[in-house]
Amino acid sequence: MSVRLSLLAILDQGPCYGYQLKSEFDRRTGATWPLNVGQIYNTLDRLERDELVEKTEKTSGLKTGNDTDGQVFYQITEAGRREVSGWLGSPVLRSAATRDELAIKLAIAVTLPGIDIGRVIQVQRTATLRNLQDLTKTKNATDDPETSEELAWLLVIDSLIFAAEAEVRWLDHSETRLARAAAAGLAVPLPLSTDVPKRGRPVKSESRA
Amino acid sequence: MNDEVLLQLAGVSQQYGKGATAITALSGVDLTLHAGELVAIMGASGSGKSTLLTIAGGLATPTSGEVIVEGEWLSTMSAKGIAALRRRTLGFVFQDFNLIPALTALENVILPLELDGWTRHKARTAGIDALRTVELADRAATYPDDLSGGQQQRVAIARAVVGSRRIILADEPTGALDSTTGEVVLRMLRRRVNAGAGGILVTHDARHAAWADRIVFLRDGRVVDESASTGVERLLSPAAQL
Repeated sequence: MSVRLSLLAILDQGPCYGYQLKSEFDRRTGATWPLNVGQIYNTLDRLERDELVEKTEKTSGLKTGNDTDGQVFYQITEAGRREVSGWLGSPVLRSAATRDELAIKLAIAVTLPGIDIGRVIQVQRTATLRNLQDLTKTKNATDDPETSEELAWLLVIDSLIFAAEAEVRWLDHSETRLARAAAAGLAVPLPLSTDVPKRGRPVKSESRA
Repeated sequence: MNDEVLLQLAGVSQQYGKGATAITALSGVDLTLHAGELVAIMGASGSGKSTLLTIAGGLATPTSGEVIVEGEWLSTMSAKGIAALRRRTLGFVFQDFNLIPALTALENVILPLELDGWTRHKARTAGIDALRTVELADRAATYPDDLSGGQQQRVAIARAVVGSRRIILADEPTGALDSTTGEVVLRMLRRRVNAGAGGILVTHDARHAAWADRIVFLRDGRVVDESASTGVERLLSPAAQL
């Protein structure tokens, strides 16, 4: 979704061909999520089908030469422009319950006997912190951004840094919560339940039984 | 980082009280700080972070274990000797800056040198040098109240490294600063360390600890883990890719 709309937003600046769009996307996002050209052409096909872009002869002032010979240029349509402005003006909604491997792993681990959950947390925290150190080191290698590309790249790096920090904070929080639970005698492993699980869809109410 | 050891804790333990009510703040902690190295200490409240820093700085004497500062064993020294060593070798940076409001930025920076008997002229030259490294030489005559929080903390860093001082002990130095200003302060701290100082940074903030070469975790007064950066630049800046 974000690739489709990002490409559309770039096309709002003028007509582009496939590889040109790839290079524009990469330089505007710090080359953090490089796109392959096949993905670009697939996206352009769908955008064209949805009448958000159309093929054109125009080249938006690109220096033409051998490299652009035979390239198919795409330009944004009015509907495409509305789509871009709608995207930029609305919040990004994340699905509330995306399956997160780490959250699932901790939740399962806490119910298993003989697992040192503190160790599980510490191993993860060390790895996340190492990632955070690497990101910080990379960021520290660049002083104040001097170009828009560097600025865009810094925003992306910051986003990864803050996400890693949030994970560490959640791990800290979980550790404290588990310590309290253990002190209160709550953190006991779950044996397999002896109840036979109900098959099929969950029953909506008991009244029909 | 090079091989020169600036500060070493060997089997350091700290206990408060005696018998059944004794509280162990630190238990058998080993830590070595090299020149050019920034070590972050992380841990929950009460894990012993701040105790470790006060012991490393010679402000408290451990119940057992050794603290060695630039080759000098603190256990063999008098209180007066430790105070002099402290003035010559190490500086503290606190969350609340701890600058003296009645003194200018420069006077704050050179205070430890003057206490150590430096001449006014020599101390001022060293002080301006230190202020220059935190990009505040032009604010030398300014009083702390007329500096922003970030600038005051940079003065505190200059004070921590003035003259021959090369060990920076920082306790939550960005705690009172907003996130962007905090980053500027950490960048300055990192730069001083890269230039040959050594730093211990106590923080509960992972984003700030990540500026360090090593992160040491304390839990209940013990070192439970250590994380060192791999040093591999996974993500290259656009400039570096050209």
